[in-house]
Amino acid sequence: MNNNDLPVTEDELHAYVDGELPADRRAAVESWLAAHPDDGSRVAAWRLQADSIRARYANVATEPIPPKLRLERMSYASRAWKIGAAAAVIAALFIGGFAGWSMRDLAGNGPNPFEQLVAQALDAHKIYVTEVRHPVEVGASEAEHLQQWLSKRVGYPFRAPDLESQGLHLVGGRLLPTTNGNAAAFLMYESASGERFTIYCTRAKGGNTALHYDAADKAGAIYWIDDNIAYIISGSASERKQLWKVARAAYEQIEPRVPRAARGS
Amino acid sequence: MTGFKEGVQSAIPALRRYARALTHDADVADDLVQDTLVRALRSQHLFNGGELRSWLYTILTNLNRNRLRSLARRPPLTAIGDNDAPDMAGPEGGGRDIERALSGLPEEQRTALLLVVLEGLSYREVADVQGVPIGTVMSRVARARIQIRAYLDTERPVLRRVK
Repeated sequence: MNNNDLPVTEDELHAYVDGELPADRRAAVESWLAAHPDDGSRVAAWRLQADSIRARYANVATEPIPPKLRLERMSYASRAWKIGAAAAVIAALFIGGFAGWSMRDLAGNGPNPFEQLVAQALDAHKIYVTEVRHPVEVGASEAEHLQQWLSKRVGYPFRAPDLESQGLHLVGGRLLPTTNGNAAAFLMYESASGERFTIYCTRAKGGNTALHYDAADKAGAIYWIDDNIAYIISGSASERKQLWKVARAAYEQIEPRVPRAARGS
Repeated sequence: MTGFKEGVQSAIPALRRYARALTHDADVADDLVQDTLVRALRSQHLFNGGELRSWLYTILTNLNRNRLRSLARRPPLTAIGDNDAPDMAGPEGGGRDIERALSGLPEEQRTALLLVVLEGLSYREVADVQGVPIGTVMSRVARARIQIRAYLDTERPVLRRVK
């Protein structure tokens, strides 16, 4: 009795379909299938299943890889670099004061669109943080609705960062116009002692940037662009250290999961 | 260790395909892949120099299992209009059928079948990914095939009548 004469097992039928059958059993399985139509049709059905599965998902592997899955974007080194760059900027501010850093100075040299956005965000911050009765259009009690609404109007999936770790709770948000005709999402956070920070967020053209800092009057802003979305975190310029911590907490939450829908538009 | 990063990089398309087939949701799938990549880069020092691809599939498989566990504690969500979407993939537009059949499988059977059939892993490699003996992998694949066939046999006649 050689290998060809042993009865064919169920496992061997699967191994045959999956290319795992030892070569010396191949002929035995094939003649078994020819003689047993029921098994033959089962094997044919399994093959068809496998073909359908491959046909259904093969194209996923040939799609362009979304930017959020680029390794250089998620390596710890590159994120640490961005944060380090911002820390250097802030350290320089502590040492050198504000000379040459205000938005008004930049404006004199013909501001680029991003600088205009930062200026608008700072203006909005200054106007709304002093507002007592109507600081926001939609309150944090309707946070889910707020996020859906802002996502829809700004045009990409938008989540309000959780800044409880910084002692800040979400007050709510509102929709604002920008000078380039887009909509901006504007969120306000407040500490137990009443200090307010805002996040201004809108579509913006331009490559990804590191974190930057600018100040105008008494408000300071840390901002960056990631995948054509500008994020501008504003707070009191006299609390730069805390602003920096808040911006970093927001950045940590936003940066790892930039919404897919924001790509390339 | 640039070879490590290049190896991870080159596995991304296949990881996306596997994750898509596991979850049937492009966003969830890419989140899974992203978490897999982050974890792989962070745990590079733990990689023992074996088969990198199997290691990545193992991470993704475990993350997906954790995801399903946490989902099980929440009420299920159903995408609106999912069933109405046209489907051109697969023979006779059967892509949606096979997708439904797969999603009806227990997680460990779906994982085993997809790793073998879609990703081309050997039974031995799947056994390593799932942390079970080869015999268990084979019985998972076998049970998955029986259940998919039963599902398709009950669904197909309805679709044929429409033609």
